[in-house]
Amino acid sequence: MTVIEARGLRKTFGTTIALDGVNLRVEEGRIVGLIGPNGAGKSTALSAMLGLTPYQGELKVLGRDPWAERDQLMRDVCFIADVAVLPRWMRVSQAFDYVAGVHPRFDRVKAEGFLAKTDIRHASKVRELSKGMVTQLHLALVMAIDAKLLVLDEPTLGLDLLYRKQFYDSLLNDYYDRSRTIVVTTHQVEDVQNVLTDLMFINRGRIVLDCSMEEFESRYREVNVRPEQLAAARAFKPIHERHVLGRSILLFDGAEQHRLAALGAVRTPSIADLFVALLGNEPADKPGSKPGNQAGGSQGAAK
Amino acid sequence: MTTQPNAAPESPLGSQAIAQTVLSPTRPLYWSIRRELWENRSIYIAPLAAAAVYLFGFLISLFWVPRGMRGMMGAHGPMPPIVVLAMPYAHAAMLLMLTTSLVGIFYSLDALHGERRDRSILFWKSLPVSDLTTVLSKASIPLVVLPLLAFAVTVALQLIILLLSGAALLVNRAGAATPWAPPLFEMQLVSLYGMIVLVLWHAPIYCWFLLVSGWARRATLVWAVLPPMAIAVVEFIAFHTSNFGSLLHDRLFGFTGAAFDLTDKNGVPIDAHFIPLTQLAPGRFLSNPSLWLGLVFAALCFVAAVRLRRYQGPI
Repeated sequence: MTVIEARGLRKTFGTTIALDGVNLRVEEGRIVGLIGPNGAGKSTALSAMLGLTPYQGELKVLGRDPWAERDQLMRDVCFIADVAVLPRWMRVSQAFDYVAGVHPRFDRVKAEGFLAKTDIRHASKVRELSKGMVTQLHLALVMAIDAKLLVLDEPTLGLDLLYRKQFYDSLLNDYYDRSRTIVVTTHQVEDVQNVLTDLMFINRGRIVLDCSMEEFESRYREVNVRPEQLAAARAFKPIHERHVLGRSILLFDGAEQHRLAALGAVRTPSIADLFVALLGNEPADKPGSKPGNQAGGSQGAAK
Repeated sequence: MTTQPNAAPESPLGSQAIAQTVLSPTRPLYWSIRRELWENRSIYIAPLAAAAVYLFGFLISLFWVPRGMRGMMGAHGPMPPIVVLAMPYAHAAMLLMLTTSLVGIFYSLDALHGERRDRSILFWKSLPVSDLTTVLSKASIPLVVLPLLAFAVTVALQLIILLLSGAALLVNRAGAATPWAPPLFEMQLVSLYGMIVLVLWHAPIYCWFLLVSGWARRATLVWAVLPPMAIAVVEFIAFHTSNFGSLLHDRLFGFTGAAFDLTDKNGVPIDAHFIPLTQLAPGRFLSNPSLWLGLVFAALCFVAAVRLRRYQGPI
């Protein structure tokens, strides 16, 4: 089943183009990472999927039009927009009461179970909790909702390593069951490399990479090239070259593995390496970008 | 605190069972109103505090009752005794009306602004609650909850005043033959009528404030108050007339004239501390075009606030 389908999704803020004809399809049971630089259109794309912003083009989430049917859609979709959107005046018990009151698919017993694993007390107010605890609370609420799609927009921003690790661990162990779908955007790509099933790169409002993690692992190779092999390695047309401690590290797309092995140590690149390779040295004015669509500009408008 | 356990087994069969659970459409509204009361405790604390302050003052005044009452009757000359008797009760009702009106004004100015300011709108919008339900719950605070609270607290306060006055009289062994209390039940019926007409009359103000709170990025009070004042000033400078100004004045203070007959059959003005039931003018109030124009304006502001919330995010 297709959970999200977008065709020619466009969104502009004045002269700034945040989404420039995005086409994407997310199938049921996938964990998709939507990765892109600031201002690439990530948040705008998620806002459109969640019915928080109007858009042009075609977009269906679980068969519904998000903008027209946000409240019905939210029975099947959960999202953590970013840390610290839980109202600071609210008590933990009130948050549970309220969600239980308005959400037909909230399982209070389950939520209490998740909360019991943390140090959060029922009588505490959100403002008294640390940032990490607020995220734990939000996650406890969200994981207790029997939703089909979970959208996470920078869910671990500003959290320390332990909380971040714990966040994705609970998500995989206590929530993900292969029938649920998760879409996550984050800058902390190293945290999600082993979590994702699919990877999408978005830049200047367009999807520039859309592949499964299996494809990613079989397609991209990074070689720590021995100096004497550098000329030979460059002949294989690497998509990116960087230098670390005097050695050249070349990234190849689809090159044959046995040939690469002769050039130096071969490994699968990290998502961050590929990200830098594909987006790091883009010229300022490529097709798809429009004047005024500078990095940061549309992000600010999207928020 | 919730009465619905919402428990569900973790099996896939269980989740199908949940999928079929349908909440009644009023449940989100009920919980949204409770949510407003959790967040804005001044809604009930302010009227209770006002009542407590009033009671404190009244308790002190009790030590001077006999002298005070005689003094008042003497000082006010021709004032009917019933008005003097009604005064502490009427003042209590007026204080609570004033308090809840103020709470309602400041509540409305923040209602759709606070959730954008603290970014919690993203949390509220992540739940299956429509914008209509949210705005309805927020509008119901000044339009329903606060007037009901004001009335309930007024009645309770007036009963306490009645008991205390009775006790004070017994202690002072004053003559039991002289009347010592106004017709309280009649006064309370008039208060109830007063609260209803007040809220109908002021509904456009609250709804306008609600709309501004959903639209302005900051300084909601300024955006709510300055544009109408600017219109009045421009009209006065340009045309030397003050139609808009008097419209505003009438909207703020005109409800007594619109809903009560404040002169008796001989044309003598009636003291507002004690308005008999016979002086209520619901027919005149309901046939006042100004009331209905105000309600149409209120409805337009409400619809605009609902539409606007769809587009709004954190600021």
